[in-house]
Formats: sequence, C-alpha cells, structure tokens
Amino acid sequence: MPDTTQAGVAVTADAAVLIDHAAGIEAQDVHAWFDRLHVLRGVFMTIAPRRVTAIIGPSGCGKSTFLRCLNRMHELVPGARSSGRVLMDGDDIYAPGVDPVQVRRRVGMVFQKPNPFPTMSIYDNAAAGLRLAGERDRRVLDETVERSLRAAALWDEVKDRLGRPGTSLSGGQQQRLCIARALAVSPEVLLMDEPASALDPAATLRIEELARELARQLTIVIVTHNMQQAARVSDVTGFILDGELVEVGTTDQIFTRPRDRRTEDYITGRFG
Amino acid sequence: MSRSYLRRRWTDRLVAGVTFLCAVAVLTPLFLILFFLARTGVGALNLDFFTHLPGAAGEPGGGMANAIAGTLLLVGLAALLGVPVGVLGGTFLAEYPTSRLAGVVRLLADVMNGVPSIVMGLFAYTILVLPLRHFSAAAGGLALGIMLIPTVMRTTEEIVRLVPQSVREASLALGIPQWRTLLRVVLPTAAGGIVAGIMVGLARIAGETAPLLFTALGNRFWNWDPLQPIAALPLQIFAYAVSPFEDWHRQAWAGALVLVSLVLGINIATRAAAARQVKLR
Ligand SMILES: Nc1ncnc2c1ncn2[C@@H]1O[C@H](COP(=O)(O)OP(=O)(O)OP(=O)(O)O)[C@@H](O)[C@H]1O
Ligand SMILES: [Mg+2]
Repeated sequence: MPDTTQAGVAVTADAAVLIDHAAGIEAQDVHAWFDRLHVLRGVFMTIAPRRVTAIIGPSGCGKSTFLRCLNRMHELVPGARSSGRVLMDGDDIYAPGVDPVQVRRRVGMVFQKPNPFPTMSIYDNAAAGLRLAGERDRRVLDETVERSLRAAALWDEVKDRLGRPGTSLSGGQQQRLCIARALAVSPEVLLMDEPASALDPAATLRIEELARELARQLTIVIVTHNMQQAARVSDVTGFILDGELVEVGTTDQIFTRPRDRRTEDYITGRFG
Repeated sequence: MSRSYLRRRWTDRLVAGVTFLCAVAVLTPLFLILFFLARTGVGALNLDFFTHLPGAAGEPGGGMANAIAGTLLLVGLAALLGVPVGVLGGTFLAEYPTSRLAGVVRLLADVMNGVPSIVMGLFAYTILVLPLRHFSAAAGGLALGIMLIPTVMRTTEEIVRLVPQSVREASLALGIPQWRTLLRVVLPTAAGGIVAGIMVGLARIAGETAPLLFTALGNRFWNWDPLQPIAALPLQIFAYAVSPFEDWHRQAWAGALVLVSLVLGINIATRAAAARQVKLR
C-alpha cells in the first residue's frame, strides 16, 4: 500500500511541527470515587513518551475514569473525587496551585462518540482550541488548521469545504476532525477513549493507523474494548480489573505470555 | 363481530369526537377574534394610521404612528433589561441546577410569572415614577422588562440543558476554561432556541396594557426621551375605545388589529425559523 505509507510520512512531518514535546506520565496510587463508589483503587502505571499505551479491561472496570484522571476531567463530574499523584515529566498535575485548565491544554482527549462543535465549521472546529485561547492572527490560524488537519489525515478530504459544518462529515471523518482539533493546541499527550467504537471497520483502521503515526511525536493512551485493536495499535498494554491495574507489559508479552491468571482469562475471552 | 368489539369501536369514536370538539372549542374564540378584528379594523387602516399623530379630540382622521413607535421603543427598553438578566439567569439555572440558589431563583421566577401584571406596573411606579416625579417610557420599560425575565429565564434554562454534555466536555478537554466554554460553545449551540424564547416573550409583553397605565402613561405626541411619558398601542386602544367618538372606535379596532398581527407575526416567524433549524440538523 504505497498510498498509506506516503500519507503516513506526511502525517508525521506535520505532527512534528505541531508537537514539540511528548511527555511521559507516571500514575502513583491513583484512587477515584463517584460519591461513595470507589472506582479506582490505587493504580500505579508508567506511561512512556512516544508510545501507544493501551488500557484494556471489562466494561465498568474504570478505564475511562483512569483516563479522565490523567487530564483532570474526572473532577468535573459532580460528586467525583480522586487522590494520588500523576506526574507529567516528573511534576504532579494534582499539586496545589496547578491549574487544571493548563493541564488539559497539555493533555488532549478524544472521546468515544465524535463530538465536533455543532455550530462550528470544519475550519472553526480545528481552530477552536487556539481561538478560544485568544489567538487572532489569521495566518497563524490558517497554518495551524491546515497542519492539524493534515496531521489527522483529513486535509485532502475537506480542504475544499472547510466552511461546511463539522457535523456534515461522516462519523470517521468527524472523529479525525476531533483528533485534529486536539492536535491543534500542541498537546504533549493524547488520550483516546474508545475512539473507534462508534465507527465502521474501515474508519476504525484509519484511526488506528493514525494513532500509530502520531505516536512518533506524541504520547498516546488509548482505551479499547477490542483486544485485536489493542494488539494492532499499542506498544504497551495495561489490564484493569475492578479498579486495579492487574498487569502491565509490552503488548507482545501481555498477549502471548501474561503473567497473571486473570489477564490470561480475560484475553482468552473466558470472562468480561 | 362480538359485542365487546362493537362497544370498543363506539367508545373509540366517542372519545375521538369529544377531543375533536374540544380542540374546535379552543380554536373558535381565536378565529372569531381574528375575524372581528379584521372585519372592523381593516376599514380604519390606511397610510395615515401608520404615519400620523392622533387628531384632535372628536375630529376624524389622524393615526397611531407615535403609539406604534412607542410600543416598539417600550419593548426595546424591556428587552434591554429582560434579555440579559433572563439569559444569564437561565444559563445559571441550567449549569448549576442543584445549587441552593438555583432552587430559590426558580421558585422566584415561577412566582413572578404569576404576579398580576398591574402589580409590575405598581412596582415600576414606586421605584421610578415617584422618585423622578414623572411618568416615563423608562418606567414602562422596567415594568415590561421585569415581566420578561421569568419567561426568558425558563426557556433559556430548558434550551441550555439540551446542549449535550459531550459538547461541553469537548471544549473543557481542549483546555478552555469553564466560563469561556459556557459563553463561546454552550450558549452559541443553544442560541437558536434562546432567540425563539426571547421573541415569544417579547410578543407577549408587546400587548400588555396594565403595567403601562401608570408608568408609560400614554402621550398624544412623538417622544423619544425615555424619561418622558410615551404612547403605546395598548394604551391608545384603551383610550380610544372608551372615548365617545365613532372614528376613534374604528381606529381602536385598527390598532388592535395591528397589535395582534405584530404578535402573531413574531410567533409565526419564530416557529418557522425554529422548524428550519431543526431541519438543518
Ligand atoms: N458519572 C458517573 N457517576 C457515577 N458513577 C459512574 C459515573 N461514570 C462511571 N461511573 C461508574 O464508575 C465505574 C467505572 O466506570 P468507567 O466509565 O470508568 O468504566 P469503563 O471501564 O470505562 O467502562 P466501559 O468499558 O463500559 O466504558 C462504573 O462502575 C460506573 O458505573
Ligand atoms: Mg469507558
């Protein structure tokens, strides 16, 4: 497939201009609650920069919650609490005085359902992060929009209709638009919560390829229900069960030689 | 065919018939009003009506130009107060639905909705007319504006609530602060519905008479000064209707026709715009 490789090279070049730094993350004893419900029970996990790290586990085990603790989105839910430390390049993002808004600028997020801003055009969606942070310079905006759309492998499909509503795109295109929107603010980490679960197989494959390409510049954490997807896309895989990280290792090791009995049961489909 | 089947069929028809009659009963007065207004009012509608000041008492001719302009100005003044307070208040209710303050505000809005409109007029009279010793457009605008607040607030609340959580999260996850997310993402997404709510609210207050009686007072001449008494369609209609002059009676009908057309027009336009927006989605 010469076509994809070519696109891949372009993606990396554009992503390289946008992303000047990829951060490593270290979660230390992360707990999370919804009111009384104790959802994460002390998760320790090291996430290496410029790698794709997959989080797998049965439904309701706390994957999304863990992800949302990494960009301080968890605390936005009424009644939600968390404790523990999350170090980004060594600095705790939960330290007193750290502004959660700044944390979210450094850690981008893509959601399960594509959620472009419904009132905004394709261009405005890609520009939203910069614009709402106060960037007015048209040239800077134009350049960043093009670059992030290229980095999300969407530019060629939308360059002639940047003024159309973001919601006029197909589901897969919308999801890539959301990725472009996140890339445009030059994040150091990109969190993806089941980014392909609402998409058809072809669109899913494109998102997976994109994640692989972007990981050359960026730290990526991807939650997935789909074992094949984790195996295809990730370098490292962590398995969460009932709010605890049961096992983490190279994807190859987790899928071929799991150390924990429960991991083996899960990946062989014996439960979950 | 069994008897129970026949009975069911007849009950079914009976219920359908009764509901249909009720619907007709609801609509009949509306159409009768429109019919009478049109029949009696159209005769007195002419260019003079829209361009001239009222004539001297008892003399035929003259128009309601100043009252039409006055009503538009009063509604504008009311919007100046009612729209920002209503929209921001409604947004607050939608964003912090469980806070203590929200409960209080919601209760007050409902109470305000039920307060007789003449009491709103009294209120404006007490806090503006008495201290300034002047009836004024501003006092009328204040009374109407206060009446506008609960309507706009409750519709805004409903509409802002309908904005999907995923849209908010998309913005917050981009590192956009909460207040900016609200102003630049949530409110624009809800804008269509909010505007529709505002228009319906404006249409409602445009026809109010009681709150204007001792605030705007009425005026036989042009006035653009908010601190002076100002003419308004409902007041003019009232004054003409109770006058002893035949020509003024006909002009009162014409004024009523214009007022109702205005209100109906705003409502229909808003519905059409809302329907188009829904189609666009
Ligand atoms: N907003 C919320 N309020 C209360 N409880 C919640 C909320 N969101 C999630 N939970 C609970 O927290 C636990 C973990 O949820 P989480 O969404 O992290 O699971 P998950 O692993 O992402 O599941 P899935 O694979 O189904 O997305 C679940 O038991 C869930 O019921
Ligand atoms: Mg989840």
